[in-house]
Amino acid sequence: MEHHELIVIGGGPAGLAAATAAANEGAECLLLDEQSTPGGQVYRAVQTVPEQRARLLGPDYQAGRDLVTQFEQSGARHLPNTTVWNLNGRCEVGILRDGKTSLLHAKRVIIASGAMERPVPFPGWTLPGVMPAGAGQILLKSSALVPADGLVLAGSGPLLLLLAWQYLQAGVSIGAILDMTPHGNFWRALPRLPEALLAHHYIIKGLRYQLQLKMARVPYFTGVRNLRATGTDSIEAVEFDHRNTSKRIETSLLLTHFGVVPDSHLSRCAGCDHRWDSAQLCWRPQTDEWCNSSLAGIAIAGDGAGIGGAVAARHAGRIAGLGSAHALGHVGSMRRDEIGRDDQRWLNDDLRVRPFLEAMFRPPPELLYQPDDATVICRCEEITAGQVRRAIQDGHHDTNQVKFLTRCGMGPCQGRQCNNAVGQLLAHELDVDMMAAGGYRIRPPIRPLTISQLAALEDMQAGGGA
Amino acid sequence: MIKADTIVIGGGLMGLSTALHLALRGYKAIVLERHSPARHASGVNAGGLRQLNRHMAEIPLTVAASEIWKNISALVDSDCDVVLSGQVKVAETEAELQSLQARVDELNASGFHHERIIDQHKLYELVPRLVSGCVGALYSPEDGFARPFHAATAFRHKAVELGVQIITDVDVTGVDQGDSGWSVATAQGVFSASNIVNCAGAWANQVAEWFGEPVPLTPGAPMLMVTERLPHFLDPVVGAVGHKLSFKQMPNGTVIIGGAHMARLDLEREHADIDFTALKTSAKTVTQLFPHMGSARIVRAWAGIEAFMPDNIPVISASSRARGVFHAFGFSAHGFQLSPVVGRIMSELIIDGKTAMPIEPFDIRRFQEQERNTSVG
Repeated sequence: MEHHELIVIGGGPAGLAAATAAANEGAECLLLDEQSTPGGQVYRAVQTVPEQRARLLGPDYQAGRDLVTQFEQSGARHLPNTTVWNLNGRCEVGILRDGKTSLLHAKRVIIASGAMERPVPFPGWTLPGVMPAGAGQILLKSSALVPADGLVLAGSGPLLLLLAWQYLQAGVSIGAILDMTPHGNFWRALPRLPEALLAHHYIIKGLRYQLQLKMARVPYFTGVRNLRATGTDSIEAVEFDHRNTSKRIETSLLLTHFGVVPDSHLSRCAGCDHRWDSAQLCWRPQTDEWCNSSLAGIAIAGDGAGIGGAVAARHAGRIAGLGSAHALGHVGSMRRDEIGRDDQRWLNDDLRVRPFLEAMFRPPPELLYQPDDATVICRCEEITAGQVRRAIQDGHHDTNQVKFLTRCGMGPCQGRQCNNAVGQLLAHELDVDMMAAGGYRIRPPIRPLTISQLAALEDMQAGGGA
Repeated sequence: MIKADTIVIGGGLMGLSTALHLALRGYKAIVLERHSPARHASGVNAGGLRQLNRHMAEIPLTVAASEIWKNISALVDSDCDVVLSGQVKVAETEAELQSLQARVDELNASGFHHERIIDQHKLYELVPRLVSGCVGALYSPEDGFARPFHAATAFRHKAVELGVQIITDVDVTGVDQGDSGWSVATAQGVFSASNIVNCAGAWANQVAEWFGEPVPLTPGAPMLMVTERLPHFLDPVVGAVGHKLSFKQMPNGTVIIGGAHMARLDLEREHADIDFTALKTSAKTVTQLFPHMGSARIVRAWAGIEAFMPDNIPVISASSRARGVFHAFGFSAHGFQLSPVVGRIMSELIIDGKTAMPIEPFDIRRFQEQERNTSVG
């Protein structure tokens, strides 16, 4: 087995910053990245996109270039096109690269797995032509493939506006924006506004997007409820309620967005302790001030540890990298604290906007907690909310029991899509908190391996390791 | 204080089956379960309904259990997703086939005829995608598989319907003998009963120790993995003489692969790390015996925590030390099929003081005798 001092998993802002910080302090560091070039989802293809499109994606995107340059100068090794399919509490990492599987070991591991879009089931969400907005954005970033005219955007959250703005800049026609943010959210978020103004650039950015969309006369419905995608083989129309009237818009593409949540599959697979964050409505690993998880040797930085965005992820990555370099003996605690102090302060400053955003863009509760019986919850195994409810009424009182009984969450996505939906449904039905409802126990491989890939797993002895 | 005739410690399949059989005869049982019913091995085992190739001591029990599984609805009002598509144990060489023939001869001599030898032709008729060149197999046509968590749920429902009380999330901290029977201490209060049944699985030795009869039990977590759904290609469950393998295709198309390779168990945390270098052996075996499986994607690997005995057969026994105390544990990763008959045996031991089933080989005293012999020797 190949041994390393530090393995960083993920090449987004947190992972790049962590690897850079640790390597700059002298740690031997290997960064594993699923993508072919560093940058993660947020700075995808940051080095290779044409200048014109980079401008289109905005100044934030260009900031990623500096991060990549610093990483490349740090001496950390970059292993692109590498899928991580296992991590355990012994800091053993299973990887797949060029169709070959092997096991790596490190003294310390930093997980920088980032965020994923919050999956929210609603009637028709499994129809072809309905997809998460992030998938649409990835198409825009990496292949300049823009969707057909007249797409509809629906959901709630800051990215919804950003995406609409980006499509607008790219000359894509937007049939409508359906904002599902409950009207009451604004009043609940208002007390958090003063602190959020300390990070006012985010608010200003949001207002700018909104203004430009308005100027472009994009139909913009607020307070939308009861969203449904309808069609036989693929989506044909979007139906919804607006100001107590039913509306219908024909479209072949519906992009939805309900905010992002930590991609916690790897940290949960490893066995790190997680808690339900009732403001962000997601599972997040418990971490200390240096991003260390509950398991010795494993730290988690960036959106994977709780949503903070790209800037916060960069600071958290540096903090985790310094913490690991310190734990590995490359930097004393005085120097660590001195270098880390600014990042910790900036991180806290940057996070000030979060309570406001979380309250403002909180998805409508009925959408999360009360799906119709007929709505598919688990798209891999085609399990409906009604089947989940029956399992609950049958005496299965946590998500894992529901999973065992119904197969909900046992498909190839490993429960990424349905875990929170099942937990929230269960919490609502039984009137318990999410900690009692629990999250699925995540089983490796967290990315599918083939039988022959496992059969060819690089042998520990043959690999020359211990 | 809550009273019952019998307290069952452990809400796995053996405990649920025991409570169910007691209730069928009108005896009130309480099941105390630390987490939720069938939380460990009972809920996540391979679900094999296998008489094939069992230890000779288990044959009368497994044959009796097979009769119950054939009509499991009569017992628990649910078919438990039972599929009786047979089990085969493949011989790749003539020598392997001869060893299987010797087993069949021994079974026949004892009056059992559920297992038989099949030739190459019949084997490939049953398992057409098997790699060519295998010479024959041991075959048990009335074997098959079920879905363990569904079975456990059905046992639980039926037990509750008959008046069994199942208390979950309760940790048993100790037992005490009083004038009127046993009392069992838990964080949720004291329970009392005339009888206690130890169905605590991997933790059964802790309970046995309370009664002064420790056993050489080793907790273990055998690993399983499951593939994505594949087009139907296999009916019977396949094992092999020369490999550690259990291989079956479920009705939904997924393939469940086991081979008794062990995960790295942390019993304290009740967590098992999948050992992929060991699981690799299973994958290699599969690619050797079913070459078309190489491209199948593994969706998940897991391990259920279970009790193993040194002789790989369970303890099914009255206590040697304490009156009103009974044990059913240590099934060493092949207890699922036995569960309906074990529950019945335990109810007979408790109510009648005896059973017609030959359970002498499973007596808890076998380890004490061994210990005495060792210390004398």
